[in-house]
Amino acid sequence: MTARVSRETRAVAIALLSTAVLAAAIVVVATRSPGWGAFRAYFLDWAIYRDSFPEILHAFWLNVKLFLVAEVIILPAALFLAVLRSLPGPVFFPIRALAIAYADLFRGVPTILVISILGFGMPALGLSWLPQSEFFWAVVALVLVYTAYVSEVYRSGIDSVHASQDAAARSLGLSHGQSLRLVVLPQAVRRVIPPLLNDFIGLQKDTALVGTLGVVEAFKQAQIDQSATFNGTPYLVAATLFVLITIPLARFVDWLVARDKKRQQAGRAA
Amino acid sequence: MRKALSTSLALAAVTALVVAVSANGRSTTATAATGIPGCAKDKLGLLDKAGMLTIGADNPAFHPWFGGDEKTKPWKFSDPYSGKGYESAVAYAVAKQLGFSKEQVKWAVTPFNNSFRPGKKSFDFYITQVSYSPQRAKAVDFSKGYYFVNQSIVGRKGKPIASVRSINGLRKYTLGAQVGTTSYDFIVKQIRPASSPKVYDTNDAAVQALKNGRIDGLVVDLPTAFYVAAVQVPDGRVVGQFRARGARERFGLVLPKGSKLTACANRALDRLWANGTIKNLQRIWLAHATGAPVLK
Repeated sequence: MTARVSRETRAVAIALLSTAVLAAAIVVVATRSPGWGAFRAYFLDWAIYRDSFPEILHAFWLNVKLFLVAEVIILPAALFLAVLRSLPGPVFFPIRALAIAYADLFRGVPTILVISILGFGMPALGLSWLPQSEFFWAVVALVLVYTAYVSEVYRSGIDSVHASQDAAARSLGLSHGQSLRLVVLPQAVRRVIPPLLNDFIGLQKDTALVGTLGVVEAFKQAQIDQSATFNGTPYLVAATLFVLITIPLARFVDWLVARDKKRQQAGRAA
Repeated sequence: MRKALSTSLALAAVTALVVAVSANGRSTTATAATGIPGCAKDKLGLLDKAGMLTIGADNPAFHPWFGGDEKTKPWKFSDPYSGKGYESAVAYAVAKQLGFSKEQVKWAVTPFNNSFRPGKKSFDFYITQVSYSPQRAKAVDFSKGYYFVNQSIVGRKGKPIASVRSINGLRKYTLGAQVGTTSYDFIVKQIRPASSPKVYDTNDAAVQALKNGRIDGLVVDLPTAFYVAAVQVPDGRVVGQFRARGARERFGLVLPKGSKLTACANRALDRLWANGTIKNLQRIWLAHATGAPVLK
């Protein structure tokens, strides 16, 4: 018992020490660098940080709305796409092929290009019945791109459910749809919650790309403040806001993964 | 002895050249005002070790600030090496005051954001419509102004905004500007429109937004406004210009903070204002960009 406690104490001490050494090394290298003064003046100007914070926070609200609205659409749309891709039989080949083509296309094209092409291109068509708002097209672009990613996550989840589960369900008389809905998906979705949240974090960050359409979100507001002051500190403000919102989610994902692992190990022991 | 000989030979050559140039009936300014006392080339802390003057500008370089046809790579749209367009002409005039011939000037493509980032700069001075502000001057050196600028607004003919005659009248429209410009500040602080203004990364994106109706009006400096309305937007119209409140906005050369060149560039600009060169270049390159109604 005491041996274990001392081992733990020692581990904590080593962790603290190595962290302190690393931090000290970074600080020394940075502050001793020839351009440190210029770097600090450019990126770490507290007065500018304070002054630009309220405006950037206000603009950040747009990012929050963007990723919330987009995520609500992405989660079911991606699941639907994944299910389409897992449809069995030769009859559904064209649907499977389309689903694959879609995923390939939108995972391949850089997000900023999808946003620019839709955001500038669609209003340029001059069709009065098409929505014109940047927000609308930004959401469409983010949904198109992230649905492609997220559907792959779901698909890996579906594939990870052993085929015997489906076979067992079918042998009980369930249809393919019923088996999918009642047996496969509940297990598949639970398994992929961590990677789903991971993609959600990616989505949050990619809302910064929407500024290219002219709407003032956090990054664009930071850019505005930077060019007004010729100082890069506003970028640090934007970075702070993004980190503040993603860190709790990241820790939550870690916790979920740890809990899952524990459960699986407990299951094995039993 | 040898040195003295070569010097006199060089002098003779220069004299011969001057005579040849004057005999040609061409401009005699080739010899005028080369060098400013205390501004010897080797004291300017030039970037280029071979003694060339490196001038930064953004690419593409837009009219009427830069002119000439696309010629020198990688310049798009116009060519700063042409000496055509107001800023190209001013840059060469400053260079000449400092004793640089046209061949001793090289242009470095420098995106606006890189003109003020910390660290080593890629130019001796930078010229692309950068407005002076005390805040900005904490990060870089600014020369004295080479152009006093009015903000203005471009709309499209036949649209309601085209007949607006006051700043108040603009408030109900969706306005846009390019990021990094004082035009955006002007919208936010002076016009204060009801709906939040749009901010575009590039001139092209802003012009596109005006064309397809995402914005009703584009706020830009007046010479650019005339170019946008004449060339970039077929049905464009300069709705009006604004008179600055308080200190007039001015474009200055941007130099690295603490540059040895700053004081000399200022003296060169002083001379160019005093001898009428600046006024003359404005007449040549920006003459069309004055007559727009003033919105109050």
